[in-house]
Amino acid sequence: MVTDLGPVIRTRPKLAVWKFASCDGCQLTLLDCEDELLGLTERVRIDHFLEMTPAEGADRERAQLDGRGPYDLSLVEGSITTAEDAERIQHVRRISRYLVTIGACATAGGVQALRNFADVDDFLAAVYARPEYIATLETSTPISAHVPVDFELRGCPIDRRQLIEVITAYLAGRRPQISHHSVCFECKRRGTTCITVAHGTPCLGPVTHAGCGAICPAYGRGCYGCFGPSSKPNLRSMVAQLRHDGMSERDVQRVFRTFNAASPEYAPVPDLAAEERQGPPA
Amino acid sequence: MSTDADVHASQPPASDGLVMGKDGMAALVDVLIRRGFTVVGPTARDGAIVLAELRSADELPYGWGVELEAGRYRLRERPDGAAFANAAGPQSWKSFLHPVRVREWSADRVEGELVFTADQDTPPRYAFLGVRPCDLRAIAIQDRVLTGGAYRDSGYEGRRSGALLIVVECTEPGATCFCVSMGTGPAAGPGYDLVMTEVVDEDGHRFWMRSGSQEGAEILAELPTRPADPETRETARAGVTAAADRMGRTMPEADLRELMAGTLDAPRWDDVAGRCLTCGNCTMVCPTCFCTTTEDVTDLTGDHAERWRLWDSCFDLDFSQLHGGPVRASSRSRYRQWMTHKLGTWYDQFGSSGCVGCGRCIVWCPVGIDITEEAAALHDWTQSGTSASASAPEPP
Repeated sequence: MVTDLGPVIRTRPKLAVWKFASCDGCQLTLLDCEDELLGLTERVRIDHFLEMTPAEGADRERAQLDGRGPYDLSLVEGSITTAEDAERIQHVRRISRYLVTIGACATAGGVQALRNFADVDDFLAAVYARPEYIATLETSTPISAHVPVDFELRGCPIDRRQLIEVITAYLAGRRPQISHHSVCFECKRRGTTCITVAHGTPCLGPVTHAGCGAICPAYGRGCYGCFGPSSKPNLRSMVAQLRHDGMSERDVQRVFRTFNAASPEYAPVPDLAAEERQGPPA
Repeated sequence: MSTDADVHASQPPASDGLVMGKDGMAALVDVLIRRGFTVVGPTARDGAIVLAELRSADELPYGWGVELEAGRYRLRERPDGAAFANAAGPQSWKSFLHPVRVREWSADRVEGELVFTADQDTPPRYAFLGVRPCDLRAIAIQDRVLTGGAYRDSGYEGRRSGALLIVVECTEPGATCFCVSMGTGPAAGPGYDLVMTEVVDEDGHRFWMRSGSQEGAEILAELPTRPADPETRETARAGVTAAADRMGRTMPEADLRELMAGTLDAPRWDDVAGRCLTCGNCTMVCPTCFCTTTEDVTDLTGDHAERWRLWDSCFDLDFSQLHGGPVRASSRSRYRQWMTHKLGTWYDQFGSSGCVGCGRCIVWCPVGIDITEEAAALHDWTQSGTSASASAPEPP
């Protein structure tokens, strides 16, 4: 079957990578795309990416945190934890045509959102000798709490193949093929025997967003939810099962208080864990 | 329960069959490999009896049994050294006949034109060693679904038409098995090339073998066997008969199709929805669930595209995603869709039940939801008298 598509018109869209409160792991995933990196640079102009541009010399201006833009595609890593960043994300949004958040920090607030459940001043006093030098917000919030986001990529860190898929889909003008179902789908698709059923290992797979390829269960370790909640997770049933599989009330609370701690879906977990105090049946 | 109900009674073999010692299993695998088959069978791995390509009979799970419960699977050593005294594992043969991931075609942009290429890989000739009677029926059900209608899955047809089915009758049902209720076992129904019944007693570890096809008979003729003695035949038959009496689960004594159609508003659906994680495990371990999704992928150059077909599940919200949202947004509606299709509307669509009673969905549900328990609860509701008065539909 042959279809005439006419002449191919190609421009190189401009790509920018932005960092907010984060560890850099997600944006470094772009550099980890070793096999695809040269092909990628043929299709997009990587215009703003501090991790791969020199901070000195002729490109100094480009290396400045603000960037000038406009950019066709902005990849945003990190959460909003300072007043300056709350302003800067507005600037990034204004100069970006299509804005994709990459990773748990940008999408859910990250592990630094643990402050949302405590008094940030207590943390500052515990960590810093001179807390008065630190200017920070009381909460860590996802990018979507501040500006409209076109697509959110999950994970801590994000999956390399999913990043390439999002960029490729953008270039083709189609929707990214990113599933929102559970990690169980990925275990079954790769032929991993369920570690909860066969070994009694507590696992968050049934309520966790797919995308990692079910790495942890393939190595006998329970999923700890680094991709955040799947679509409409049944946390009441999951929490009861985790307790059945031997997790204490505190363990249950803690396993949901990691990289996606501030995901709204997880909000009922402490109450649900407390309801299950009776412990595992004999 | 249906016209299938007579299958669990042992079928009279065409002949008295042959007896093969345990050592003959090595010869069987060798003969299959020499004949060009890719031999797939059970082997103990990662704490379960999984299906994998076998290079030698030594890889069979000799001495491994299983302990099954809802949401629980454990390997247990068996002192008798039997290879097939274990019920269904985490996979079924659909992993090979209806694989998780199939590329259907690819397309390339060549000098401004789009050229499509259908995927035409030659499938291996599979020899499935150790197909259980319930799974033999499951294969027949998938045959009907995927090749028995107006739209035939040519890829499935290619993999299936070359497959040799070596059935092992069940003598050790699990606590989650209910093949007798579904009329699919523990004796083998039709469709096998070879059937074996494993016997381990003071007279040794041996297999009672019968052929069901010309090719099966030819393979059997190449194996080290002797005519079947009456004692082996009787012991084998008695083992299968005893298995029928030791089913761990039963379906309620009712017409399941009518039960499903008559309980769509039962409050039990809300109860099970409270437990269901909608994780999709039941559908993926089910040997008859066949649903797939399609993914079109492009590469970075934009000059190459591929269409892939992947297993999907009616428990996935995206499965019924239309404009405006999913058709089955609640877990209640998704669980009900799965169970009523499996036990009820499957008849309307394909002329049989979609359930073979293997019990996999019970074992591999992380929270141990039990389809026989759910069916019993629905049946109880119809008997309780509350169903007739419950004319107001439940909230969706």
